Amino acid sequence: MSEILSSMVTRVFADHCSDAVALRAEEGEWPEALWRTSEEAGLPLALIETGEHSLGVPVEDAFQIVRLAGKFAVPVPLPETMLANWLLTRSGLEPQSGPLVAVANPALRTDESGTRLTGEIPSVPWGRRAGVVACFERSGMLHVAYLGRDGFSVREGTNIAREPRDRLVFDVDLNRTAVAPLPAGVDGIRLRAAGAALRCSQIAGALESITAMTIDYTGQRVQFGRPISKFQAVQQNLAVLAGQAAAASSAADMAAEAFAEGIRLCAIAAAKTFAGEAAGVAAGIAHQMHGAMGFSREYALHFRTKRLWSWREEYGNETEWSTWLGEGLASRGADQLWAEITAI
Amino acid sequence: MTASFDISFPAVPVSPEADTLRLEVRAFLREWLRDREPIKKAESWNGFDPAFSRAIGARGWIGMRWPKEYGGHGRSALERYVVIEEMLAAGAPVAAHWFADRQSGPALLRYGTEAQRREILPRIARGECYFAVGMSEPDSGSDLASVRTRAVDTADGFVVNGTKLWTSFAHHAHYMILFCKTESGEDRHGGTSQFLVDLATPGIEIRPILMLTGEHHFNEVVLRDVHLPKDALLGKRGDGWNQVMSELSFERSGPERFLSSFTVLVELLRELGPRPDARSTLAIGRIAARMAVLRRMSHSVAGMLEASKDPALQAAIVKDLGAVLEQEIPEIARLLVNVQPDPDSLNGLSAALAYTIQHAPSFSIRGGTREILRGIIARGLGLR
Repeated sequence: MSEILSSMVTRVFADHCSDAVALRAEEGEWPEALWRTSEEAGLPLALIETGEHSLGVPVEDAFQIVRLAGKFAVPVPLPETMLANWLLTRSGLEPQSGPLVAVANPALRTDESGTRLTGEIPSVPWGRRAGVVACFERSGMLHVAYLGRDGFSVREGTNIAREPRDRLVFDVDLNRTAVAPLPAGVDGIRLRAAGAALRCSQIAGALESITAMTIDYTGQRVQFGRPISKFQAVQQNLAVLAGQAAAASSAADMAAEAFAEGIRLCAIAAAKTFAGEAAGVAAGIAHQMHGAMGFSREYALHFRTKRLWSWREEYGNETEWSTWLGEGLASRGADQLWAEITAI
Repeated sequence: MTASFDISFPAVPVSPEADTLRLEVRAFLREWLRDREPIKKAESWNGFDPAFSRAIGARGWIGMRWPKEYGGHGRSALERYVVIEEMLAAGAPVAAHWFADRQSGPALLRYGTEAQRREILPRIARGECYFAVGMSEPDSGSDLASVRTRAVDTADGFVVNGTKLWTSFAHHAHYMILFCKTESGEDRHGGTSQFLVDLATPGIEIRPILMLTGEHHFNEVVLRDVHLPKDALLGKRGDGWNQVMSELSFERSGPERFLSSFTVLVELLRELGPRPDARSTLAIGRIAARMAVLRRMSHSVAGMLEASKDPALQAAIVKDLGAVLEQEIPEIARLLVNVQPDPDSLNGLSAALAYTIQHAPSFSIRGGTREILRGIIARGLGLR
């Protein structure tokens, strides 16, 4: 990632995502300054590779922005909006301002005339605030439409980090909106994988952050007359934490590359499986090393760990993706196993 | 936030040469290993077969990175990576040339005399000359700096006394690279040097140390008044510690650090068939996911070696995570299929499990114990 982009994004998040902002977001306040500054910097358009709306940022760099969003635990749907704008422009539609979320779920159905879209979708990120980009099947083909805020009702819910995850009940008249076919090479599972790839980068960013926080904390916390990071038992734990963070970072790179290569499913399946597992292991160690302090609402660790415990589930957890991967490997058989692994 | 945390594993650029080479190696191995039993494949890099080493030497797959004038092939670290991971995944018997190709040859190339390089490196590359690694001693394992074997100056060279232990395949090797004391003094890491030792030198006795399986890999190498010529000194006198540490970076990051149980995984999948139950499907996918990420990291380390960067920290992370995976694979497999581990079984999984279960504890000991590696990572984090 270019130094300029990285420091610009870091500054936006560092300036507008203090612990106080994060706490108020947990209570339901929308961090308008953070969102506005991100939008002024063009970040919601970062995944658009070409055309008039493109920022001209390589896909890998766009995923680095997502990683920074994870590192700072930004309480806005920036990754979701990036993906929704990518999907709109890839489908020949206009990108939209404001927060967005793409919804691709087979529960969304059109009626026989193909003009009325209905369905009930749980756990939509920022469903109460984001403009909705809906994907659905019509006459045997996948389509996409920008619905904005019309045509659905919202039952509010959150994940454990108190990020909005709302249940949306759709009843949309498609005559009133532009509908386009999904581009070739994009389908329901690939959109889910794209979401999983974004979560991998967010997880990698959060792990980077909690590792640094834990190294810091154990270097300052004095017990038995010395900083606890001088104890071998603590050092061994920190080494495992750092190993998990470094490996999850590699997994996130793998997922970002796979997205750029046309959303290669097997690489994203492997990456999300790995990152999800690392998230749990690392969050556990970070808390163990922080002792009671990690449980304090005033101390920032929980903004990351609660997100890690949520993000590892979202867009498919380890069971979903490793089962998908395992089915493919088993069907191709023992003697193809290595060739398949090297092709991931 | 004051602590910084950045242990990067840079992406490796795509290499069409490496992709072509991979298919070539794969085709060769398919033929050569056609009748190799799963329990033999499970030996991984402990399978010893000079005929195999000569065959791949003839194809240019040993000493791949070394210059042509020393019998090498001037290829990249990434091409070498492809060759060794294909061999390990296929269960090829690589042990004869393994240590020479991985670490002793590179050490000779770096520190040997011109005559030693010209004489020995081409023989290694042909798969004819084998090396043992003389590091551990009866009282020095993880604490390598405490070695007691000592080389003392004489008029025309050195005389060595001491004992090396756990020396893999010394009974088949032509040379050993010896790590020992040369100076006295207080400096714990100083005062050591490395020597090239011809194992046919008088005064060297090689005694077998049988493993818990009854196999003979390990040896005790006793050196009694062994006279070495002046040019046996490898590298700088007193600089042995740094030389050994850089050798260990090569030793710690390769695909041998996550593929030791691969035959068990292959045989497990064979037993499970094309449509395993949900629990087994999940387990296969989960192992493959972890292997894919570790492969990427290990490959990245090869890329760092190629770019002449020091990957000591990254190598320690790969080995630590790799050993955990290698040790979990047999534990997962045994609970998914109802077979008894039995070395004499005709069932591939049963036999491979028998081998791997008995060797798995070594995965987090050899080449740096788990505790030592985590200590290295902690130091990399600035904690020690």
